Amino acid sequence: MIIKQISIFLENVAGRLAEVTKLLAKHEINLRAMTIADTADFGILRIVVDQPDKALKVLRDGGFTAKTTEVLAVEVEDRPGGLAKVMEIFQQNHVNIEYLYVSLEKNKDKAVVIFKVEDLKLGQKIVEEHGLGGKVSL
Amino acid sequence: MTEYPFREKELELIPKDQLEELQLSRLKTTLSRALKTDFYRQRLIPLGIDSPEAIHSLADLQSIPFTTKEDLRIAFPYGLLAVPLEETVRLHASSGTTGTPTVIYHTKRDIAAWSDLVARSLMAAGCTKRDVFQNMMTYGLFTGGLGLHYGAEELGMLVIPAGPGNTLRQFKLMKDFKTTVVHATPSYMLHMYDKLGEAEVNRADLHIRKAIVGGEPHSEDIRRKIEELWGIEVYNCYGLSEMNGPGVAFECIERSGPHLWEDSYIVEIIDPHTLEPLPPGETGELVLTTLRREATPLIRYRTRDLSSILPDPCPCGRTHRRISRIKGRTDDMLIINGVNVFPSQIEEVLMRMKEVGNNYQIVVEKSGALDKLTVKTEVTPEIFSDDARDLNAIREKIRENLKASISISPVVELHEPGILPAWEGKAKRVIDIREKSV
Repeated sequence: MIIKQISIFLENVAGRLAEVTKLLAKHEINLRAMTIADTADFGILRIVVDQPDKALKVLRDGGFTAKTTEVLAVEVEDRPGGLAKVMEIFQQNHVNIEYLYVSLEKNKDKAVVIFKVEDLKLGQKIVEEHGLGGKVSL
Repeated sequence: MTEYPFREKELELIPKDQLEELQLSRLKTTLSRALKTDFYRQRLIPLGIDSPEAIHSLADLQSIPFTTKEDLRIAFPYGLLAVPLEETVRLHASSGTTGTPTVIYHTKRDIAAWSDLVARSLMAAGCTKRDVFQNMMTYGLFTGGLGLHYGAEELGMLVIPAGPGNTLRQFKLMKDFKTTVVHATPSYMLHMYDKLGEAEVNRADLHIRKAIVGGEPHSEDIRRKIEELWGIEVYNCYGLSEMNGPGVAFECIERSGPHLWEDSYIVEIIDPHTLEPLPPGETGELVLTTLRREATPLIRYRTRDLSSILPDPCPCGRTHRRISRIKGRTDDMLIINGVNVFPSQIEEVLMRMKEVGNNYQIVVEKSGALDKLTVKTEVTPEIFSDDARDLNAIREKIRENLKASISISPVVELHEPGILPAWEGKAKRVIDIREKSV
């Protein structure tokens, strides 16, 4: 399924990430997944939270440069070859992946992986066709 | 067709060869006056320049050394006085809060010539004797107030010598006397507009139609902003106390760069590093020679202002060439790996790019034996992308645009808004730490 991810431009200074987590905690926003893309002088923090609209407002009001991006949340079986199976499906159907990271969410024996794909509609279609994202609730 | 007003039409439209003839004859007069001063005698006679006959053409001016602000300090108080003290009627001086002050003396004829020049300027800007002129510049040792005051009177305008500040009183004067033209700094024009509401003044009750702005460098964007806010025409006025004050260069109704009055000054643009002359169009230090001043003649005075001579003629037909808006001070110039870089060039590039926020910082440091230039810019919410490739592409575009302008390739950094010093105010936007890191 398609979910909202929040991306935050992070100055490469000590304590900046802590300021983000502190701000989210203060507003009782629960983090469900996060990853940082790092370059020499800045980072892009990507997070998935339980209340994305509120989180975006809180972050912007707090002086952060942030925006939302739509990504795919995909169920992956938590066993050897689980991710390989999804990747194979994506490859066969020409779903190009820009990046992916794993969320804390767990449905029984399945993990939830966040995919940023080049063509969101195509990705969503493939996910639905293969029954990969039906039960995800982030 | 546009009707251009002229006060001294023949002189303002003088053919170039006749202008040069006039300049040469006046330059000789300036030189003979200069040779009456202690300062120039000591400097020029050892070089074999002991009479105006040492100059045969305008090109010979190049053989005379520059005069600097420091020279004016050395010559303080009477070293550059070319007439007996009883012939002088006024002086203007720098405040001298940071060291020895500098002083410029004027004879009665100097004041008259200066007033004429300002009257000519005001008329070129479309002012007439029917205008009511509210002068909001500082009167006193500073030349801005008195310079325009005398010129406006000479033109026959009704002058209100309001002086600066006290915005409520300014509005009252403007309403009571139906002020049509004001003279102020650009920042004061913006400040006054902000205060209209607070002062409960309705713009429609004011008769202001033009503003003469000067006294501080400002961008074309600021001019447009003042014009749009007030619904008036804004004219750029250039001058410095060493060259009398306001009225050295003034915009005509085309408002496309001030005409430098070449019957009164010889203008040169030099590379402030090599001191070599630069051709029209290239930015460098403005160097001026007085051609009419009796009491304090100055030859090849280095203004420390950065400008360029605009190569194209103005549609108004004046042969007196236009200079560009002042782009900064030579004091601000950075020499990076042997290349002259002005922070204003960097600012221009950044302000032109919609991808970049208003704030920036320039850092120069040593990297091994070489200088390293870093330009820090802001990632605004509008341009922020989740994709690092997009951000890197923006950074690369900024770098390329900067390189095209300043001929060296800077390191461009992207930062969060709020981290860099604010665009307005006295924030330090240039940090040169080369000495420390050697």
